[in-house]
Amino acid sequence: MSETMSQRRRSGAPDRSELPSYLVSDPRRRRGPSTRELAQGLCCFSIGLGLTEVACGGAIARWLGMPRSAAIIQAYGVREILQGVGILGASDPTPWISARVAGDALDIVTVLPGLEGHNPRKDNVLIALVALAGVTAVDVICARSLSDAPLAPSEKVRRDYRRRSGFRRGAEAMRGAARDFKPPPDIIGPEAMRPWVLTNA
Amino acid sequence: MRALVWHGTEDIRCDTVPDPKIEHDRDAIIKVTACAICGSDLHLYDHFMPGMEKGDVMGHEFMGEVVETGKGVNGALRKGERIVVPFTIICGECDQCKRGFFSVCERSNRNKDIADKAFGHTTAGLFGYTHLTGGYQGGQAEYVRVPFADKTHIKVPENLSDEQVLFLGDIFPTGWQAAVQADIQPTDTVAIWGAGPVGQMTLRSALLLGAKQVVCIDSVPERLEMARAGGAITVDNSQESTVERLNELTGGKGPEKCIDAVGMEAHSPRALEHAYDRVKQAVMLESDRASVLREMIYVCRPAGILSIPGVYGGLIDKVPMGALMNKGLTIRTGQTHVNRWTDDLVKRIADGQIDPSFVITHRAKLEQGPEMYKTFRDKRDNCIKVVLRP
Ligand SMILES: NC(=O)c1ccc[n+]([C@@H]2O[C@H](COP(=O)([O-])OP(=O)(O)OC[C@H]3O[C@@H](n4cnc5c(N)ncnc54)[C@H](O)[C@@H]3O)[C@@H](O)[C@H]2O)c1
Ligand SMILES: [Zn+2]
Ligand SMILES: [Zn+2]
Repeated sequence: MSETMSQRRRSGAPDRSELPSYLVSDPRRRRGPSTRELAQGLCCFSIGLGLTEVACGGAIARWLGMPRSAAIIQAYGVREILQGVGILGASDPTPWISARVAGDALDIVTVLPGLEGHNPRKDNVLIALVALAGVTAVDVICARSLSDAPLAPSEKVRRDYRRRSGFRRGAEAMRGAARDFKPPPDIIGPEAMRPWVLTNA
Repeated sequence: MRALVWHGTEDIRCDTVPDPKIEHDRDAIIKVTACAICGSDLHLYDHFMPGMEKGDVMGHEFMGEVVETGKGVNGALRKGERIVVPFTIICGECDQCKRGFFSVCERSNRNKDIADKAFGHTTAGLFGYTHLTGGYQGGQAEYVRVPFADKTHIKVPENLSDEQVLFLGDIFPTGWQAAVQADIQPTDTVAIWGAGPVGQMTLRSALLLGAKQVVCIDSVPERLEMARAGGAITVDNSQESTVERLNELTGGKGPEKCIDAVGMEAHSPRALEHAYDRVKQAVMLESDRASVLREMIYVCRPAGILSIPGVYGGLIDKVPMGALMNKGLTIRTGQTHVNRWTDDLVKRIADGQIDPSFVITHRAKLEQGPEMYKTFRDKRDNCIKVVLRP
């Protein structure tokens, strides 16, 4: 039984792994370079969009033909900025990216009523919805790849496997030790199909 | 008896179930002394492999002591004898068994009709591995019924410990067959994807068989460290491009031999490719993720060999058939024909050429099994291989 696990059980601390992995921040996650870049991109996007929404909430609302939504848009701008800063500062941005997905849903729900009634700016609302759908897709992809990333062990529990060769002597000395083994012809293919240099040696 | 029982996705419990009984003449009952959790079990735990039913007993890598034999075992096994059980159940009499292709035994799968439908023709019955391959109860338990026991066993010398011989039932011959299938020459670079237990056995087999360079690809640091201990050059694919590095190591020509020791749950280092496979898997347009296969086909040297011990269950998508065909690659794959290799491998262990117990990182009681599944799957606590004792 491993030490860390029995410690965890003794302390009775809740096991965070019971939460879905996209809601948990785990610094041991090893994100691939492309996922890292994607998350960074979303971080800049969040802050940029947030600043624009705060500064031009009124103009955006008018462009959508929903002038009474100006304050909401500004509030959403603040949310975007917070999310951006969260992604920037977190050692593992997974829950922050998941928050973006939730935010996207909120945005869509807020903009949808613009399609109802006789809003003369329905075209703009459609453009906004298509853009929101695109952003949502990217957020979902990013959140999934982050939460699926394999875990690296934390330094504390790191064990030393450097001497686990499985060989009696050093690995180099064992290279070719089993060359006496004759691979069966029915497994490695008929003689005539084997590399020409081998069959003609 | 106590046994690890499958209840659903990520839900394995240690339950009390009825003791197994002799059902046929050729059966034997063994009392399990040690069993292991295999990477193949994770495909069931994560439920990517279809065909499990609630109540199935898990486990196909186990050994123990014979406690009862049917009339038809005819002295092939004695009470009290210590055996390792191969994960493939074999009749020893059908055409395939006679030719040594044990993992495609024609008679041991009692759900032959389901397998015929799924695969075209049946393959062997397996312990604790879905109803597609017979729905036999597995070995993560106190007792197991071994069908065709007069053939389905591996005898081991008394002076070797349980931990030294346990893996003869699965991962050691699997790594060995993966390397043998690659027809390794002294000039070869052999690239192995996956530094899990199977990858570890494969890379050591490739080294013993005399490959010039053995390269192992994964992203888990402690697994890569164990691979280096076994003599491999390692590539951390979360930090560097596998294709670039393999080309660099082979003067731009690519490795002659590529081995997939990852299987259907491959995790692509490319976020978009991985997301693509996950989404298709979720909506059931593909059942297996093929990122390792794609990479192998792409990077392998023309006229090279791909060996695939990694398990796949169904359909894959976006296989670069053009590269495969035009480069004239050979594919060799299959569940392992365990008993074909074990006589030779027992000798290699006894001679001290290799001691497979190097891979064990966690030892626990059977009751701790459910927890250990999680630890192994999530690679927590530097876990590489778990051995359970009932
Ligand atoms: N053919 C057989 O008879 C046989 C027998 C035993 C096991 N298997 C199969 O072998 C495979 C490996 O088994 P294991 O016990 O080592 O399992 P494991 O899950 O412990 O190891 C798999 C390793 O692959 C790594 N990996 C994931 N994606 C990768 C990628 N894109 N590139 C490189 N590495 C990647 C993981 O980090 C992990 O270390 C499984 O599919 C298992 O079912 C086959
Ligand atoms: Zn297995
Ligand atoms: Zn048979």
